[in-house]
Amino acid sequence: MSGAVLPGSGATRRLLRNATFVIGALIVGLVVVVAIVAPWIAPYDPYAIDLGRRLVPPAWMEGGTPANWLGTDQLGRDYLSRLIYGARISLIIGVATVITSGVIGTTLGVLGGFYGGRVDDVVMFLITARLSIPVVLVALAVAGLLGTSFLLVILVLGLLLWDRFAVVARSTTMQLRTLDYVSAAWCAGSSHASVLLREILPNIATHLAVVATLEMALAILLEAALSFLGLGVPAPLPSWGLMISEAKEYMFFTPWVILVPGVALFVLVFGVNLLGDALRDMLGTDLTR
Amino acid sequence: MVRFILRRFTVAILVALTVLTLSFLLTRLSGDLAISIAGPNATQQDVELIRQAYGLNRPLAQQYFDWLLRAVQGDFGESYFFKDRVANLIAHRLPITLTLGLVGLALALVVALPLGIIAAVREGSYVDRGVMLVALVGQAMPSFWLGLILMVVLGLNLGWLPISGTGGWEYYVMPGIVLSFSAIPSLMRLTRSGMIEALSSDYIRTARAKGLSRLSILVKHGFRNAAIPVVSIAAVQLGFMLGGSIVIETVFAMHGVGYLAWESISKNDFPVVQAVILVLALIYIALTLLADLLNAVLDPRLRTS
Repeated sequence: MSGAVLPGSGATRRLLRNATFVIGALIVGLVVVVAIVAPWIAPYDPYAIDLGRRLVPPAWMEGGTPANWLGTDQLGRDYLSRLIYGARISLIIGVATVITSGVIGTTLGVLGGFYGGRVDDVVMFLITARLSIPVVLVALAVAGLLGTSFLLVILVLGLLLWDRFAVVARSTTMQLRTLDYVSAAWCAGSSHASVLLREILPNIATHLAVVATLEMALAILLEAALSFLGLGVPAPLPSWGLMISEAKEYMFFTPWVILVPGVALFVLVFGVNLLGDALRDMLGTDLTR
Repeated sequence: MVRFILRRFTVAILVALTVLTLSFLLTRLSGDLAISIAGPNATQQDVELIRQAYGLNRPLAQQYFDWLLRAVQGDFGESYFFKDRVANLIAHRLPITLTLGLVGLALALVVALPLGIIAAVREGSYVDRGVMLVALVGQAMPSFWLGLILMVVLGLNLGWLPISGTGGWEYYVMPGIVLSFSAIPSLMRLTRSGMIEALSSDYIRTARAKGLSRLSILVKHGFRNAAIPVVSIAAVQLGFMLGGSIVIETVFAMHGVGYLAWESISKNDFPVVQAVILVLALIYIALTLLADLLNAVLDPRLRTS
C-alpha cells in the first residue's frame, strides 16, 4: 500500500518514462485537440445531407474518393466531419459526468471515511444501494420518460456513476484520518471543514484522478450504448454510438459504416484507460469494492 | 458468525426496500404518469380515463403503499402494452437472460482464470504485460459494437452461428462472448493479484521446501487462496452482467428480460420497466449476499469482522 501523497516532480518524470502513460496521453491529447479545433479541420458541415452521394466508401476502398476521406453515411453526410464533431460529444459527456459523479462520490466517501460510525454506515448503505441499481436500464427508463437530451445523459450518468469515487475516497480518507499532520491540524485549532478541504482532499486527489479516468472511460462507453439504443443524445448529433446505430442497417453490405465510428470509440476509451492504468500502477490505488 | 449473517441480511432487506422505493419514484419522475402512458396523441379525456383506470388520481403515498404491498407479494400489476400479468412476462423471459448471464460468466472464467494465473507466475514478463493488455482491450471494447462485428464476421461472412434471435444453444454463443468481455478484465486482474500475493506467502515457501510439484503448489496452495475473492467478484459480476444484458439482448434480438424492458420503455409500458429493474436489482442483492456468506465460509478471518 503506497502512501497517499501527492506525486512530486520525481513521480512526473517516472510517469513520462512509462510507455502506458505516454501512449494513453498521446491518444487522449490528440482527441482533445481534434475536438477543440473541429470547426477548422472538419472538411464539411457534419449535418449537411447530400442524398446524391450516399454511402460512398472510404478513400482507400474501391469506389472511394479523396473528397470524402472516410466516406459518407446513409444520408450522404461526410463521415470524417461527423467523426471529428463526435469527439466533442464523447469528451464533454465524459468530463461532465465525471465532475458530477466525482462531487457526489467524493463528498459521501470523505464524510464516511472521516467521521466513521453512523455516518459511515449511511454512506456504505448508499453505495450498496447504488450498486444494486442496473445503470443502463435506469438510464434508458429515465430517457424514455423524460425524452432524450444531451444534458439528461450527463445528469443521469453523473447521478449513477459515483460509487467508485465514494469507495476510494472513503478508504483513502480512513488511512489519512489518524496521520500526524491531520492531528496537527486539529491541534492547531482548524475547523472540520478546513481539515477536510485543506488536509484530506488534496492528499486523496491523486487517487481520485485514477477513478476519474476509469469513470470517464465508462461514461463514454455508456453514452455510446445509450445513443445506440436510441435513448442517449438525440439525432442528428454526431455521437459515435448514434452513428453506429444509424449505420447498422447497412453493416452487412458495407461493414466499414460501423467500423469507422466503432474504432474511434474504442481508441478513445482505450487511451483513457491506459492513462488510468498507468496512474493506478504508480499510486497503488485499490479499486476493489 | 450468526451476528454477521443477521447483519448482512438486514442490510440486504433495507437495500431491497430502497430500490423498491426508488423504482416507484422513477416512474413518477415525469410529473404525470397518465400523460406518459396516454402518449403524445391523447386527448385530455383519454388522460383522465387512464388516471381513473390506473388509480393515478389517488394520493401518492397511498399509491406507493398499495404498489409496495403488491410488489413484495410478486404482483407487479398488468402490462399496458402486452395485456398480460407482468409477473408472467418476466417469468417467461427471465430464463433466457439468466442462461445468457451464466454463459457469459462461464466464458469469462474460462478465459480470465488461466490468463490471470499465468500472468502471476510470470509476473513482470512480456506474458504478464500481454495479459494486462488483453484486460485493457476488453475494458475499452464497446459491447454493442463488438456484437455487431461478430454478427458480420461469425454470422454472415463465416456463417458459423445464427446472426440473431432466440433459440437453441448456438444463439447464446455470440451474445455470451460479448457479455463475457465486460467481466474478463476485473476477474483477470483479481486472479493475478490474488495469485501474486498467495505465491509470495510463507505457506508456498513451505510447500516448495517440502518438494511438492510445481503444479500442485500452484493449484492446491496458490489458487485455492487466490480463489476466495474471485468467487465473490464472480457473483457480483454476474449481477452486473445481468443488468448490462439489456444492450446485448437488444443487439441480438434475444427475448430476455432486457429486451422486454427495452420494448416496454419505447412503448411507455412502465409497470414492466419498473418490474424488470426490480427483479434485476433483487438478483444482484441476492448474489452479493451469497458472495459475502460464501466468503465468510471460505475465509474464517472474515467471520469476526
